[in-house]
Amino acid sequence: MRTGSLSWNQLRTPAVWGVLLLAAGTLTLYASTYSVILITNILLYVILTVSWVLFSAPTGYISLATAAFFGVGIYTSAILGDQLPLPLVILTAAVASFGLAAIVGALTLRLKGVYFCFFTFGLVELIKHVLLWYEVSVTGLRGRFVVSADHITVYYIILAILAVLLLTSYLIRRSRVGLALRSIGESEEAAAHAGINVSAVKTMVFALSAVFVAAAGAAMARRWGYVDPYIAFDYLYSFTAVAMAVFGGVSRFAGPILGAVAFAYMRELLITRFPYIYMLVMGLVLVVTILFLPQGLVELATKAPWRRLRGPREPA
Amino acid sequence: METILGVVISGLMIGGLYALIAMGLSLQYGVARVLNVSHGEFIMLGALTTWTLYTVFGLNPLLALAVCGPIAFALGYVLHRTVYRRIWASSPSPGVFESNSLLASFGLLFIIQNLALFGWGPEIRGYTYLAFPVELAGVSFGANRLVTLGLALLVGVTFYAFLSRTRIGKAIRASAQDSTAAALMGVNINSVLALCFGLGAGLAAIAGMLISMCYPVHAVMGIPYTIIAMIVVVLGGLGSIPGSFLGGFVLGLIGSVVTYIEPALTLIAYYLIFALLLLVRPSGIMGR
Repeated sequence: MRTGSLSWNQLRTPAVWGVLLLAAGTLTLYASTYSVILITNILLYVILTVSWVLFSAPTGYISLATAAFFGVGIYTSAILGDQLPLPLVILTAAVASFGLAAIVGALTLRLKGVYFCFFTFGLVELIKHVLLWYEVSVTGLRGRFVVSADHITVYYIILAILAVLLLTSYLIRRSRVGLALRSIGESEEAAAHAGINVSAVKTMVFALSAVFVAAAGAAMARRWGYVDPYIAFDYLYSFTAVAMAVFGGVSRFAGPILGAVAFAYMRELLITRFPYIYMLVMGLVLVVTILFLPQGLVELATKAPWRRLRGPREPA
Repeated sequence: METILGVVISGLMIGGLYALIAMGLSLQYGVARVLNVSHGEFIMLGALTTWTLYTVFGLNPLLALAVCGPIAFALGYVLHRTVYRRIWASSPSPGVFESNSLLASFGLLFIIQNLALFGWGPEIRGYTYLAFPVELAGVSFGANRLVTLGLALLVGVTFYAFLSRTRIGKAIRASAQDSTAAALMGVNINSVLALCFGLGAGLAAIAGMLISMCYPVHAVMGIPYTIIAMIVVVLGGLGSIPGSFLGGFVLGLIGSVVTYIEPALTLIAYYLIFALLLLVRPSGIMGR
């Protein structure tokens, strides 16, 4: 099978990504409005999931704060939407969320993982309360209207955010920072003794992962038209990111993407008519995956019969 | 003077509830090592079960204690024996167990919450029981709130006595310090850990029953209580059960003062305390 110095096996992954990128980049030329909106939603969940995996998978620190960063993005868009152009709004959302995550990280990440988990779990509720109190006592508003954008613009922004996120997480996995993160996950003390500034690395990557979530929130708010603190700061976003990542499997690069696409599609089918069933199924899938398939969906793929013939692939 | 007394007494009443909830979470994390974010859902189950028993079957809410507590205990015990035990067996290190059990309890949160939404719907429920005023030191309080405080104290003290005076209590304390060593000394560690998880769930359900006597309840009420329980557990010191009991009253008093000034800021004040605590003294009041 060798042709010159490059084999098909080496070219396969870049080829798949190239085709996917081409298909996604030209989607609005051939797809219906419905498909574009559907795929925007799916890509949104891929962003939430991959951002979560970026920090939580290698380190083992479970962040329950995705919804908080998403809400920060949404509210940035709602407050600044009619004053700044969209790219600046997204940038502001990203910076605000980076700052928030850096503060949370600096407070909790020098301590045991349980403090981080407790703190991030309540963060959504805290910001929701601060916002509600502010809106009621200062501005007198309950919700806000957001300047709307057409679905094609939102689609391309979401696609661009996802592309940057995938590239970032690919590069981090292969860099010294990625190595540092994994060694923190395996043994924090050993990592510290090896000369890694453990708290700084954790805080920086956590803050970086928040940036993409907030940017996606700022873009998506344009599609909704109206938001209030309860819509913007919803636990379900945190939960969804965690469930999708675990379901897909975090040990490989493609796992969370696979999990997010599968789940987001199911969500589209169920959420409007059977919201309780959707959330129930998510909960069940999360528990069952942890119990019976700890490596997630990608483990099944690597165990498939056609894989065995070629022998195992090295993890990416 | 009357205002101060009023604020203090209502702080103690809320504090009693917080203490129960936090003691439950403290048992589950401190001994069984499960970061149970679905703790609030057991509170919700206790509250809505009590509501159903009172409004449909006319059962006295105080007697509902005898129903909710054991059922929640059994549920927690079985959950630990099946789900968490299995995760424990498949986790290579305590760190991996902590994150996997947290993920599983996150899943449980949504399972229980949505099953409750099926059963009870999203409506806010409430009933009146013992709602007549009682004069105490010149300030009047609802009798139901005084009963709540009394019961919370009774359950808390009984539970403390159970831990410090009985043989099983001793086994629980030993397992909290070092579960491997306790197992080597002949403690049946599987059953003790499951017992702790079940007791935590039972305490949550009892707290839920008391909450339903004073406040409106609904299927998605759990999460704020879980957050409060987490803050109290950190305030009291991770893994310290007396610390959680004390921390509950401390936070209740602080909450009562803030509520008196500006009710919308209560949770924000709790979070400020949480952040300050992490900065200044992460080991909490009774932590080592």
